[in-house]
Amino acid sequence: MLNGTRRIGALAIAAALIVGACSSAAATPTAAPVTAAPATPTAMAMDSATPAASASVAAPAAAPTLSCVGGTVIASGSTALQPLIDAAAKQYVKDCPSAGANITVNGGGSGTGLSQVAAGSVQIGDSDVTAASKLSAADAAKLVDHVVARQGWIVVTDKDVTVTSLTTQQNIDIWTGKITNWKAVGGPDESIVLIFRPASSGTRSTFKKLVLGGATEATGGQTLTEDSNGAVTTAVTKTKGAVSVIGFAYYNDPANKPLLNGLQLDGVDATVANMAGGQYKLAADGHMYTNGQPTGLTQAFLDYMLGTEVQGTLIPSLSYAPVVK
Amino acid sequence: MAQMTAAYPARGLRARPSLTERTDLPQRVVFAAAASMIFIVALLLAFIAWQGVQLFVKDGVPVGQILSPTWQPDSTSPDVSFGLLPFIAGTVFVTVVALLISTPVSVGLALFLSEVAPRWARAIVQPALEIFVGIPSVVWGWLGITILVPFLSDTFHGDIALGLPIVGTVATIPGFLTGFSWLAGSLVLSIMIVPTITSVSYDAFRAVPQELRTGSLALGTTRWQTIRHVLIPSALTGVLTAVVLGMTRAAGEALAVQMVIGNSPSMPAAITQPVTTLTSQITLDMGNTVFGEPWQDALWTMSLVLLLMSITSVVLVRLINKRRMGA
Repeated sequence: MLNGTRRIGALAIAAALIVGACSSAAATPTAAPVTAAPATPTAMAMDSATPAASASVAAPAAAPTLSCVGGTVIASGSTALQPLIDAAAKQYVKDCPSAGANITVNGGGSGTGLSQVAAGSVQIGDSDVTAASKLSAADAAKLVDHVVARQGWIVVTDKDVTVTSLTTQQNIDIWTGKITNWKAVGGPDESIVLIFRPASSGTRSTFKKLVLGGATEATGGQTLTEDSNGAVTTAVTKTKGAVSVIGFAYYNDPANKPLLNGLQLDGVDATVANMAGGQYKLAADGHMYTNGQPTGLTQAFLDYMLGTEVQGTLIPSLSYAPVVK
Repeated sequence: MAQMTAAYPARGLRARPSLTERTDLPQRVVFAAAASMIFIVALLLAFIAWQGVQLFVKDGVPVGQILSPTWQPDSTSPDVSFGLLPFIAGTVFVTVVALLISTPVSVGLALFLSEVAPRWARAIVQPALEIFVGIPSVVWGWLGITILVPFLSDTFHGDIALGLPIVGTVATIPGFLTGFSWLAGSLVLSIMIVPTITSVSYDAFRAVPQELRTGSLALGTTRWQTIRHVLIPSALTGVLTAVVLGMTRAAGEALAVQMVIGNSPSMPAAITQPVTTLTSQITLDMGNTVFGEPWQDALWTMSLVLLLMSITSVVLVRLINKRRMGA
């Protein structure tokens, strides 16, 4: 109850600040030449970036897009995108020390982000999935999509499992419960324990669509469900024969990587380069939705997300792939 | 006091409020506080009840379907089903086993504190219990996932044979494929509800008049006989209240349980297998569903079921206490 009241209070303050914010887009001279490194010229086939065409704020090519605007913006939603957006928000505020910008990035899940941005309680809703797949047609039509990154997921097992690669068909057999022992795919004689994300999660629905082809997953004694990327990582390391799916950003975290056995999918390494090149298929767009066309700080921050500052340096360092070359 | 109350009927005749009426102000403040509490509770009940029935009213799901064991809430799947039975059964089963473990320990501890313990022992145990209450549930869950879960899966990985002397093996249950299980949830909960049951039963034992103890001992009984034949029967309703309160606490706990039970949305198969509970499923799905979709309406229905369970236990406590007052 207290939390709710506090949030309403915070929103009221936020609303007041936005109304009162002067939207003078004065770029501070010190911040202008930040990190003008060109976008990494790796295997950046343009087809991986085509979804960016659907973004309405069209940043034609990667260029520094820092424009300092004051105000308060709240973004909430996808926990898979949260590390990226949070880091970008911190960097924006640091690059604009005198603009008085205040950007809060909350998690909560893609569904929360979409509901809240449709209801107008936050300015930006972050989501792994499209608004049309979650919201009613009327609500989805109000929202404007901004694709800011490509994100990938990797199938991981605990260290006991010696398998290094699974094909799509083997994944289907494993996740639907047809294969229940690692022996069947060349691993040790060990029962397979499936660790799911909740059926409502963006990670799970993306995996189900892209790898399982919509097949119904197994249920029962050999399946667990864990709430977050962090909880999944813990459960995989504590459970013999466990297999699960986590985001690249979490897999490449130096604290997690030594504890996990990351698998190839159809013989393709789960790397950012392969995802950007389109060879690695377990990847999807990261969306930031606004309710109507963005203005003020929201607009400035979304532009910043698509500029070199974020696309060229921050995105590769956090294991996402850029959408703007 | 009698004069003050007698002054009330004359109130309407005076132009200015009298002194007695003005001293009435604190009473009104207190009354307003109580009334607002009742108002908030009523509003909460109405809101959850309203949201909880949307699944049937708006989405047209037959009421009987929530008793189905199949949970397939994804509206894009061909066999949509909002069976809540796995969650209800999971909550009830995990709670019952936790109570079976916790009640003897807690009542024993309460008896020790009230009848046996020397003063210095009480001075140590009581603050220890208070610290117990203050440990956040996430810490219990974390200890569970770090120590209990790997222990269970390493120690009892194979099938477990339950045997009796002479008869031999009675039943075989599958071992812990993973430590995430019904038993792990019950064990974590049983520790968490020890302070609740202990402190309420302790009060019940202390409330037994000293004359009953001295009278019983004067008849030449041993301390154990006094406890068994005098104290436990006279404090029984208090102890039952303690158990029901512990049950409410256990059924409503979400975080610690979620971390160790595995959250597999199917009917509980064995005590060594993963299960799920109402609270756990609500926290897992609420962030990923959107307001107004049938999936989230089903989560509200789960909240309503939880609320009905806790109302039932409050009524139970009331009935037990009424019996105690009547006796």
